[in-house]
Amino acid sequence: MIRWLVGLIGLGLAATSALAAEPALIGVGYLGLAGTRSTLSLVEQPAENDGVAGARLAIEDNNTTGKFLGQRFALEERRIKEGEDVVQAATALAEKNGFIITDLPADALLKISDALRDRGTLLFNAGAIDERLREADCRANVIHTAPTRAMLADALGQYLVWKKWSRWLLVVGSHDEDKLFADALRRTATRFGAKIVQEKTFEDKGGARRTDSGVTLIQRQMPVFTQGAPAYDVLVAADESEVFGAYLPYRTWDPRPVAGSAGLVPRSWDAAQDQWGAIQMQNRFMKLNSRRMTALDMQAWTAARMIGEATSRTNSSDVKKVTDFIKGPDFSVAAFKGTRLTLRDWNLQLRQPILLVDGRMVVSVSPQEGFLHQVSELDTLGYDRPESKCKLK
Amino acid sequence: MQAEVRTQMLRMWRVGLLSGLALAAAPAHAFIAYVSNEKSNTVTVIDTESWTVTKTIKVGQRPRGIDFTRDGKFVMVAVGDDDTIQVIDAKTQAVVDSLPSGPDPELFAQDAAGKFLYVANENDNTVTVIDLEKRARLGDIQVGVEPEGMTISPDGKTLINTSETTNMAHFIDTASRQIVANVLVDARPRFAEFKHDASEVWVSSEIGGTVSVIDPKKHEVIGKVTFEIPGLRKEAIQPVGIGMTKDDKTAFVALGPANRIAVVDVASRKVTKYLLVGQRVWHMAFTPDEKYLLTTNGVSNDVSVIDVAAQKVIKTIQVGELPWGITIAP
Repeated sequence: MIRWLVGLIGLGLAATSALAAEPALIGVGYLGLAGTRSTLSLVEQPAENDGVAGARLAIEDNNTTGKFLGQRFALEERRIKEGEDVVQAATALAEKNGFIITDLPADALLKISDALRDRGTLLFNAGAIDERLREADCRANVIHTAPTRAMLADALGQYLVWKKWSRWLLVVGSHDEDKLFADALRRTATRFGAKIVQEKTFEDKGGARRTDSGVTLIQRQMPVFTQGAPAYDVLVAADESEVFGAYLPYRTWDPRPVAGSAGLVPRSWDAAQDQWGAIQMQNRFMKLNSRRMTALDMQAWTAARMIGEATSRTNSSDVKKVTDFIKGPDFSVAAFKGTRLTLRDWNLQLRQPILLVDGRMVVSVSPQEGFLHQVSELDTLGYDRPESKCKLK
Repeated sequence: MQAEVRTQMLRMWRVGLLSGLALAAAPAHAFIAYVSNEKSNTVTVIDTESWTVTKTIKVGQRPRGIDFTRDGKFVMVAVGDDDTIQVIDAKTQAVVDSLPSGPDPELFAQDAAGKFLYVANENDNTVTVIDLEKRARLGDIQVGVEPEGMTISPDGKTLINTSETTNMAHFIDTASRQIVANVLVDARPRFAEFKHDASEVWVSSEIGGTVSVIDPKKHEVIGKVTFEIPGLRKEAIQPVGIGMTKDDKTAFVALGPANRIAVVDVASRKVTKYLLVGQRVWHMAFTPDEKYLLTTNGVSNDVSVIDVAAQKVIKTIQVGELPWGITIAP
């Protein structure tokens, strides 16, 4: 009996030490849609692995740190094809992964956040910029690393106002998301004292984005479309649907710069960003993925890095503990933007500087000098606490 | 009355004699400072007696980490985008050689004897060991993501490397070249500095906004220096370079875009004063007599001169674009 007991204790000890040597596994899921959207510019056509490539790099970075702490990170990717059930896919991913990074439309994200709420899975919205996900439809189990339309519009608006280009000609596409971006731009104009001198709608009448003699036609259409506008300083385009925005620069009737969805574009990240030590990360990304890093890649990288940051700070792989730390007051993450990034505790949106890019260079970074705030200057971008309709649950 | 005057004169004479003696004992030395200018690909040479620029040396691309060899004969400067460390002859003030560092060298540290050079290579998560005499690469040590800060313990046995994205100070045994401990610090650790008595290592965290004080024996964070400047938002306070006086009583911490150097009482770890310098101050160097501290101000393209005893900024010298590192001839 005693011998048997001793043997059992011995076995128990052996099992414990074996466990201690084994690194703690932290599963991170990535859930996105299959296929890519089509852009006007061939150069801007997203890669198949847009987004997940950033998460992959962060997992590598986390593993380099993890080897010193006995933590190992694994990424599981899942793409949903048309007609597939998103809740089913998310639930399957949540089996092994306590954290899921998503690049999904707002409705799909809301569905899975409600389905996974009781399970305790923490979701990171890396793709959807919709305001309502942080406002009326906010959820306590969704962290947003993607900026919002209002943040992007404010970042652009601050620069245009700083530049004293305060008379805007607003051209809006005919799709819902174009209208939402236009709403954000109107709000920005009101906040920062710019004037929208005229609004025009560009109807999407269908038609191909790639044609053999497209340039000739566009060159004739765009000047006529922008003819007869009242005096303005800058044309601001709201074309998230990629129907006309990129056709505007150099083709307006009056010689004016273009901003918004084309020309000077507000983004969370750009392949040209090389300040604040970013060059190291750009190099690592290029080495791993053989292409340059996009805003979506960065939003997914930041999500996966937030997980790694929290697991190393708490020295834990426990999802609840890590989640509490991320939502807590001591959390911040470094993301090559010259300042620490923190969460807005009222809606779990990541505060972040926004880059203004022209496709080749980073032209400026907002918030602009002189836009002050009592808590964080980053809160001059987007909806602030007093305006928020979010009640986290 | 007369006697009183005589005593006073005698006292004055004594004072005069004493100060004369003091001057003779410590003559005002002129030193030579070398400043790396990250954007202009040059090194600026400054004479510390006249406080003027005496020469601008063309070097490789993106010069950052800069240090004299122990014998004072050469200046080594890491030119990251050329993947090498260039060697400047202090006599001729010209580039004469280069060292086989790993890719993208940024900061480096040398042992007390000046035999080995340890280089942080930001791009491939390694620290490269170089034999300075043979100019040969001896090997690499795997560390965390984006290694940057480097310092060696006064006894030469422990090398500290900080990694910016891993957020750790790695303690490396210089004999075996193995990591013996990893200490987690606040976000983006940039620089590490030992107290001269080896009892503490100070590590600055640029994004975390703090300096962690580490016990190098227990490998534990035993305290933190925090900063607060009225009227300045917290995010603008980004500690990078650290300088400590030889008596280990006072530390100077460069606060980046806060445009200030914090003067810290080492014993209590409390800031006693903030000195306004140029814009985005990062690194610093003392003159060997410790009378002056020179700081590199990246955005205003200048160097501030601080009178150490008076704790006052006394001069500003224009240098190249984005001054980064600084070293002063021993």
